Amino acid sequence: MYTTELKEQGGKVAPVSIVSEDPELVAAFEARVAADEFIEPKDWMPEAYRRTLVRQISQHAHSEIVGMLPEGNWLTRAPSLRRKAILLAKVQDEGGHGLYLYCAAETLGTSREEMIEALHAGKAKYSTIFNYPTLTWADIGAIGWLVDGAAIMNQVPLQRTSYGPYARAMIRVCKEESFHQRQGYEIMMTLGAGTAEQKAMAQDALNRWWWPSLMMFGPPDADSPNSAQGFRWRIKRDSNDDLRRKFVDATVPQAEFLGLTIPDPDLRWNAEKEGYDFGEIDWEEFYAVVRGEGPTARERMKARRDAWEQGAWVREAADAHEAKRRARLAA
Amino acid sequence: MAPSLPTIQPGDVANAEKARAGGSFDAGEAVEHHGALFDYLLRLGDDSLILGQRLTEWCGHAPALEIDLSLANIGLDLIGQASLFLNLAGEVEGKGRDGDRLAFHRDVLAFRNCLLVEQPNGDFAQTIARQFLFSTMQLSLFERLTGSSDHRIAEIAAKAVKEVRYHAELASDWVVRLGDGTEESRRRMVDGLDWFWRFVDEMFQSDEIEQSLTRAGIAVDRAELRQGFDATVGNVLRDATLPLPEYPRALTGGRIGHHGEHLGHLLATMQYLPRTYPDAVW
Repeated sequence: MYTTELKEQGGKVAPVSIVSEDPELVAAFEARVAADEFIEPKDWMPEAYRRTLVRQISQHAHSEIVGMLPEGNWLTRAPSLRRKAILLAKVQDEGGHGLYLYCAAETLGTSREEMIEALHAGKAKYSTIFNYPTLTWADIGAIGWLVDGAAIMNQVPLQRTSYGPYARAMIRVCKEESFHQRQGYEIMMTLGAGTAEQKAMAQDALNRWWWPSLMMFGPPDADSPNSAQGFRWRIKRDSNDDLRRKFVDATVPQAEFLGLTIPDPDLRWNAEKEGYDFGEIDWEEFYAVVRGEGPTARERMKARRDAWEQGAWVREAADAHEAKRRARLAA
Repeated sequence: MAPSLPTIQPGDVANAEKARAGGSFDAGEAVEHHGALFDYLLRLGDDSLILGQRLTEWCGHAPALEIDLSLANIGLDLIGQASLFLNLAGEVEGKGRDGDRLAFHRDVLAFRNCLLVEQPNGDFAQTIARQFLFSTMQLSLFERLTGSSDHRIAEIAAKAVKEVRYHAELASDWVVRLGDGTEESRRRMVDGLDWFWRFVDEMFQSDEIEQSLTRAGIAVDRAELRQGFDATVGNVLRDATLPLPEYPRALTGGRIGHHGEHLGHLLATMQYLPRTYPDAVW
């Protein structure tokens, strides 16, 4: 559902030195990347490239998994059988995305268990957006429309990212995300055409999700320390601010079509740049949420840890049974 | 000595009937008879709906990602079956109610699911025990319903039987894994099955409604499914190295709307939006 590079501990991360690597191997690697070739798991790669990718892909996988929770919050209360089935299929897709992404990251030599433990220990991050609560059914529409919309903006360029398994996972993920965005927008259209209470619900959801959605693109370019190397290695292909502008330009007319007002008094069309000018994002809030201080951050992490810890006996049983089965086959 | 209570007069009954027609007194629906077929379709649809609803509660909280995906898959299939059966029920009833109306605007007494499916998820072993018992029954039921003389039921069963075969396999595999896994998983699997044995017999009971439909070739005599069910349960439990149950005295009532305490809470959650905003379309 999402990627932006988040600083692991909320502080500055120094770019990893590649000085210690064999300069010939580095040069050959960089030439391949510059020629838009895909790097595959068995290929040589700089350690910093590997670490950046593990961080980014695992953050992306964690975001998919944690992202199941705010929408899962409405599965038992979806207002029709059709909505229930669509939402369940969508949340299941997010789980599937998490699975491909963990697999893609595992090709870099880090196990799924290690990544999950890093998440539960608070060492690995996930998208800030999932630390906000889903209060009404309209939030399910707003998440599909805005959050998945922002995710698509971020992820379409990643289909051409330099690491093959990640790029291929993104192709499949993007196809499904565009279906998710359409279902979210369709919920918003139904609410927009509905009763006064439904319209109010839709507007309120937009009011609450708008700014957090803009934050999904990550810190402003000036404060994005890992970007330069990310561009050189084609892990990243567009800047945070460019993607954010693109998202605003695409989304404002969609809100107008719904009859909803974007909660930004500074939003206006700029004919000269042929795009929208918009207000300042509350970066203090963004960094607070990155640090784990978002409104539902503790609940989200508790839910994940509980699921993992309370499910340990099941995973152990599956392993134990498999071992017994193999022993019987060998006997 | 207790005070005497007024006897219900014929006029009171007539008033209650009017209240029901006005839609303000759901409980009254339980005594309505829209025909055996309508009731039978509710039984089929409600079993799937209520179990599907229970499975959605797992989403995002399962012991492993793969299990999360499997449970969501089963839930999706069940909700799909519920839509088909309940829409058909509404059509048969002919009063303009569709599947959503039936799912979201009936109260406890009008639900026709068996007691097993409304039971809370418990731990993963309980969820698997419930799924194993239900899917094993549902598989043999749908296999036979593919031959129903009502082609609409036969078509739904033919579509659903492929899904249910997977549900039954997945659940049996887990019964075996947990039964023959670790000491803890074995204990939990034994407890999980033990918790649900009292609901098994109800799934195989039939009444005049089902018997009349069975005579017409529309429904299936549930009693005939029991032998196959017992054989499958016996085989799976043997593979799982688990003891065979002695079935306790059966609990029943679901098919006539006399449910346990859990269903009301499930419905309160599931129906909250359409009930809170009765004029809204979603």
